[in-house]
Amino acid sequence: MYEGVVQDLIDELGRLPGVGPKSAQRIAFHILQADPTDVRRLAHALTEVKEKVRFCAVCGNVAQSEQCRVCQDPRRDLAVICVVEEPKDVVAIERTREFRGRYHVLGGAISPIEGVGPDDLRIRELLARLADGTVTELILATDPNLEGEATATYLARMVKPMGLKVTRLASGLPVGGDLEYADEVTLGRAFEGRRLLDV
Amino acid sequence: MTLFRDDGIVLRTQKLGEADRIITFLTRRQGRVRAVARGVRRTKSKFGARLEPFSHVDAQFFARGGELVGRGLPLCTQVESIAAYGSGIVTDYARYTAGTAMLETAERFTDHEGEPAVQQYLLLVGGLRTLASGAHDPRLVLDAFLLRSLAVNGYAPSFEACAKCGLPGPNRFFSVASGGVVCAQCRVPGSVVPSAESLELLGALLTGDWETADACEERHSREGSGIVAAYLQWHLERGLRSLRFVENAVRREVEAGK
Ligand SMILES: [Zn+2]
Ligand SMILES: [Zn+2]
Repeated sequence: MYEGVVQDLIDELGRLPGVGPKSAQRIAFHILQADPTDVRRLAHALTEVKEKVRFCAVCGNVAQSEQCRVCQDPRRDLAVICVVEEPKDVVAIERTREFRGRYHVLGGAISPIEGVGPDDLRIRELLARLADGTVTELILATDPNLEGEATATYLARMVKPMGLKVTRLASGLPVGGDLEYADEVTLGRAFEGRRLLDV
Repeated sequence: MTLFRDDGIVLRTQKLGEADRIITFLTRRQGRVRAVARGVRRTKSKFGARLEPFSHVDAQFFARGGELVGRGLPLCTQVESIAAYGSGIVTDYARYTAGTAMLETAERFTDHEGEPAVQQYLLLVGGLRTLASGAHDPRLVLDAFLLRSLAVNGYAPSFEACAKCGLPGPNRFFSVASGGVVCAQCRVPGSVVPSAESLELLGALLTGDWETADACEERHSREGSGIVAAYLQWHLERGLRSLRFVENAVRREVEAGK
């Protein structure tokens, strides 16, 4: 244990995701030895992010105003919504520059064992966005793990009566790898999601 | 450093650090075991896809202290798939919630890590296989699993003979605290009187008489589920987190107009 404020800092850092007690200690001592202006910049960034950033009223993505940058952009296709679990997934998909529609951030995945059910996610908000018929395609881009699959299945079932085109991101072989190294679960998925090669 | 190898079902996974996970298994020989799987959240991981809940695997563990339990978590270093029940479960929300409740029950009944629980293990393997096959109503598969889990852990409920004096059935009153049905003499305050069909269903689920169970009407299976849930609740200190989502699943199926 360290004296008062140092220990307080270690404790606070240790509450961050992925930071264990050892890492917290290392970061704390890094901060202690760092240049005061650097530390002030970090502290400023921390308070700014809490003051200025909120969640988009439309899609749930992080936003600096009422709506996020994607929802404000008039060039985005209003007919397509891509459903993701977290704001960081929006960032990942935006990096591909493949998608021109808008997003819907659920805030997680259905996980009964963690006590997270459909009502704990932004599903009601999604259904409300679909109600007026503007949206014709829904892309389900939840994580390619069990909970993400379960969430996608659930959503597909819920929106079925609306008659939308519902697609799921393909999961399969990592680009740049060798087929022989793929595990059977991933390879099986890749088979399921195979597409017609139109040449 | 000691190597262990065992078959197991993945009950739960938790994120650890940047790319690792802590995996909770119910194994055939060692009971419940928790182990660290390094790097499995990276998309290039060789065995991440095999370590999802509901997966039945043959795993190799690397224990630091010579035992699988205690002295820091062992590492899970190799995993081969035996069966991936998840793919047959996750495609149906009712199966998913029922299956999750089965995993949570198995975890709760194996409180002590490293203590063999082979009957519970076999029940879980059989239950998940049945659930994934889609042969029976998921709620019935879950209730059968819950009743038999209670039984192998020493809390077998009686649905015929009086749980107190042994008077042969049928007996009308059901008391959670008494351990099943009781006769008119033995009935205690708080006993309920379920329909004869519901009691017959529960007896069938406990013994694996699927012909009787499958023929059961919705209102009786619903009443039966309520009794199972109350009985389970009585024997577990805390309620199951996932059970309330099972009830919701049924309601949602109806609402979605299935
Ligand atoms: Zn937005
Ligand atoms: Zn009696």
